[in-house]
Amino acid sequence: MSDDTTWGKAHASGPLLLGVRHHGPGSARAVRAALEAARPGVVLIEGPPEADALIPLAADPDMRPPVALLGHAVDEPGRSAFWPLAEFSPEWVAIRWALEQGVPARFIDLPATHTLAWDTEPEAPSDEDDEDGADDEDAPDTEGEPGAVRDLRVDPLAVLAETAGYDDPERWWEDVVEHRGPGRRDPFAPFAALEEAMTALRERYGVGGRPRDLVREAHMRLQVRAARKEFGDAVAVVCGAWHVPALREKAAVTADRALLKGLPKVKADLTWVPWTHRRLARSSGYGAGIDSPGWYGHLFRAPDRPVERWLTKVAGLLREEDRIVSSAHVIEAVRLAETLAAMRGRPLPGLSETTDAVRAVMCDGSDVPLALVHDRLVVGDVLGEVPEAAPAVPLQRDLAREQRRLRIKPEALERELELDLRKETDAGRSRLLHRLRLLGVGWGEPAVSRGSTGTFRETWRLRWEPELSVRVAEAGVWGTTVLAAATARAEADAVGAGALAEVTALAEQCLLAGLPDALPLVMRVLADRAALDTDVGHLAQALPALVRSLRYGDVRGTDTGALAGVAAGLAERVFVGLPPACAALDTDAAEEMRGHVDAVHGAVGLLAETLIGTSDTGQRDLRGRWRSVLRTLALRDTVPGVLRGRAVRLLLDDGELGPEEAARLMGLVLSPGTPPADAAAWIEGFVGGGGGMLLVHDERLLGLVDTWLTGVPAEAFTDVLPLLRRTFSAYEPGVRRTLGELVRRGPGKNTGPTTPAAGLPGFAAEPDTGRADAVLPVVRLLLGLDEVREHEATHDNSLTGVGA
Amino acid sequence: MTVSVEPTSVEASGSKDPQALRPHAEHAFAAELTALAAQDDRPRPARWKLSPWAVATYLLGGTLPDGTVITPKYVGPRRIVEVAVTTLATDRALLLLGVPGTAKTWVSEHLAAAVSGDSTLLVQGTAGTPEEAIRYGWNYAQLLTHGPSRDALVPSPVMRAMSEGMTARVEELTRIPADVQDTLITILSEKTLPIPELGQEVQAVRGFNLIATANDRDRGVNDLSSALRRRFNTVVLPLPESADAEVDIVSRRVEQIGRSLDLPAVPDGVEEIHRVVTVFRELRDGITADGRTKLKSPSGTLSTAEAISVVTNGLALAAHFGDGVLRPGDVAAGILGAVVRDPAADRVIWQEYLETVVRERDGWKDFYRACREVSV
Repeated sequence: MSDDTTWGKAHASGPLLLGVRHHGPGSARAVRAALEAARPGVVLIEGPPEADALIPLAADPDMRPPVALLGHAVDEPGRSAFWPLAEFSPEWVAIRWALEQGVPARFIDLPATHTLAWDTEPEAPSDEDDEDGADDEDAPDTEGEPGAVRDLRVDPLAVLAETAGYDDPERWWEDVVEHRGPGRRDPFAPFAALEEAMTALRERYGVGGRPRDLVREAHMRLQVRAARKEFGDAVAVVCGAWHVPALREKAAVTADRALLKGLPKVKADLTWVPWTHRRLARSSGYGAGIDSPGWYGHLFRAPDRPVERWLTKVAGLLREEDRIVSSAHVIEAVRLAETLAAMRGRPLPGLSETTDAVRAVMCDGSDVPLALVHDRLVVGDVLGEVPEAAPAVPLQRDLAREQRRLRIKPEALERELELDLRKETDAGRSRLLHRLRLLGVGWGEPAVSRGSTGTFRETWRLRWEPELSVRVAEAGVWGTTVLAAATARAEADAVGAGALAEVTALAEQCLLAGLPDALPLVMRVLADRAALDTDVGHLAQALPALVRSLRYGDVRGTDTGALAGVAAGLAERVFVGLPPACAALDTDAAEEMRGHVDAVHGAVGLLAETLIGTSDTGQRDLRGRWRSVLRTLALRDTVPGVLRGRAVRLLLDDGELGPEEAARLMGLVLSPGTPPADAAAWIEGFVGGGGGMLLVHDERLLGLVDTWLTGVPAEAFTDVLPLLRRTFSAYEPGVRRTLGELVRRGPGKNTGPTTPAAGLPGFAAEPDTGRADAVLPVVRLLLGLDEVREHEATHDNSLTGVGA
Repeated sequence: MTVSVEPTSVEASGSKDPQALRPHAEHAFAAELTALAAQDDRPRPARWKLSPWAVATYLLGGTLPDGTVITPKYVGPRRIVEVAVTTLATDRALLLLGVPGTAKTWVSEHLAAAVSGDSTLLVQGTAGTPEEAIRYGWNYAQLLTHGPSRDALVPSPVMRAMSEGMTARVEELTRIPADVQDTLITILSEKTLPIPELGQEVQAVRGFNLIATANDRDRGVNDLSSALRRRFNTVVLPLPESADAEVDIVSRRVEQIGRSLDLPAVPDGVEEIHRVVTVFRELRDGITADGRTKLKSPSGTLSTAEAISVVTNGLALAAHFGDGVLRPGDVAAGILGAVVRDPAADRVIWQEYLETVVRERDGWKDFYRACREVSV
């Protein structure tokens, strides 16, 4: 093709059609050059026409890309679509050019009124939309882009790249379009060439599996025609390259109108929202379609020598992170990148060549610092800004609607709100307040319930401060409804959380706020953190909170299957890690560990109860495995006395260890071979925390303690005394007195002989029927037994007698 | 993926000594190198036998326009070979890093053979490598009778490479004492080797370059100074990418070793080999094969080479003491030994792995039991 003829064709015979790749810096530069050269009277841009009124805001000094046009259904903020624009987006360049030159700019795509309505009914051949439509994989902005066009749909660039012998369409586009410097030649030539290629593709593939494009293109054609009536041929159109042939096509006005008839409609509203480079990157799931916004931004901004400037930037970043990177490194990296590009037959080093060079020269072949470069530079931390004049974000509307629905008004005056979670409205209020708290909108603070302590009650202290509106606006980044925003925020928090306990707390909050969609990710992060955390203490701390959430979830009827799985896994890790972690601890650490052992013991009990319903055999004998861990602890000599004592006590309480065995172990510890301090610690672990009754009832144990204490040498006694005092002073006065009396009376002179036949040690062989009878009237009252069955109750009195 | 493809048949014509147990790369693959050189019409750097593009093809394999098939010498990411070859072309020294068994030496030998046609200019790094091995030594008989002269000088491989514009190789660079390592700095940055005794110097001729290999798992042997490190472009040779590829490497090598040790043939051990490779990969990568659960990684390297030795051991056990079939019990002890290097930390990691991953996995019951038996 000769440049002269294409110029004639591109401009003289109709509107100037500039086919671009969205977010392509090369395209953006080419668009600017073409606009400068052609100086059209109006610029038409692919985008929702409802946003025309918002275009002037782009010139606002407070407006900083990346930003996105957010379209949402007025009655249903969850239904939304984004049109992200970066500094290097051709559309953004076109808007800015028009504003600078005082030329009108208009959006000409199908109105969001229709595109949003489309979201509910799936497009015929394939549709990647999520149900809520918040992810805009299919949003109008992504057309014509290699990244967004997948699977069944024809990827026009992939076809072109394959024809040119490239396996990666992105790379082909970079080589052919993006890496060409600013046009020294005819500014229209690249567009003409691209149009020719696209025309060939459209002839071969039709609409490429996207029938809706026909409707959109019909609308665009009508708009272009209208603009030409007004401005003549001085019309420039910036749209996805894919659409150019369709706009060039001569179609009858009536046919186009017919296509647009009877489209579904919703009331739509548009505004600007700040966007980030991370969301432009494909990996974040928003699918705007580029891997490396930072790199593209650099290519767009760099006046010349992009590779040298890029590598200097990388060196700067690595130096900030305390890596030794000298200018010599940069020189060598540039040389390597250029030679690599030559070897791979590319016109200029691309991102892959510079990355290889950075890895080999600056990072010693390691991918770890490279990940930093990717995160900070290739993707980048850039956050856009939107002027305050931009219309309200849908999150505010959604909040207002929720407040109306739940009849809960924002008031500046502080007041208390009692919620009964069994009621539908109150449960809704609680969820809303919890969600807002997650979003950093501190409208309500949970307060301690007065009176009732049931899990179905909640008390909140409410107070709406004016600055909370600002917080809501800020939270608009997270989503368009309170639910979606809180979910997104919880997920982001989970990924960014530092400690295991933070994630567990977050899981609890997710349950309280009713965010089932966030739970899977939070659970995943939790499982990962637990797997990598080497501190058993952290795990042991996290377990009780998790089990608590599990119970809470039950109360609120949330599905907690995933939670149970994670909790069981966590317990398993604690079991494996606990015995080695208990060796060689000093007194304080041992004391702390005892707390953990107690907490885990309680949690395992609750967890095992919750898991009874599940069919997984592996999780059923959780208690059994915990007991074997306790047994290991009890018998291992390197474990501090306080922990060994505690383990024996827990086993004894569970009936896992017979009193005989417990007495034997105690005798072993209290024998003269053990240092007195260690023995005292053992006693503290064994009978501390309400174990006094044990000594009262089992005289054998008391006898052992007594014998040991009298045998402690005088010099060791002063060491042991504080420990013993701490243990015994914690008992209730009654228990202390009884113990004292028992010791004064001496061993063997108790009320009855403790023979093995007596059953429980410390109890008489036969129940005292006289005392038991005295309780009967109360028991009858409690059980509501009538006169007829009184007879049977008397027969069954052995049990109640023991209880008394 | 990294696999050293051993030559299956040695072209007798290229080998200088047909009796050699292991011929040099340039002899074993002489036919391929000649074919490549004949077809290679791309620009070659000074004194290179092939263009960089052809060197990459030689290592990665391919089919030439005339139909000659080039066998792949290194099966792995193309990027790695490209960066390595390009580094040599930009006259920067190349440092190949990797855990044992990732074909570092193999790649360096073939690079030298393809670039300079000679892979024998080699300095083997040990704790006792003297400065003379890198610079030059003296023929003392000559020195005493005729006094100091170039004739009395015994050049090192590096010195010869410099004067002839060839590729020198240094194996196990980090095992060489730090002061000896430092002699490389002048050679690599100034590209000269001064001989103060004679008041002369040897200047490197264009085409000279150096390939060093080092093991990045044995930390602290003699870490490279940053001054020396700066002279190298570093390429890390990775462990195999996919489980199937690794199973393939392990079974192939096990078969070869088994034959040379005259072990009785054991019929079907693929399942156990797969299991060993899976365990090694999961622990090494810190994540289960299904990508669902994260794991702690033990301190050992758990390289492919170790998997090979575990399986070989297991085979020996099965053949001599078992029923001739490779069973979970035969490999369990070997795995335990490879995983638990640090008795305290690694044991916990191993048990956690057993309890959280192995126990629940379908069809792994026998293996779980066997591991429990040896672990407790």
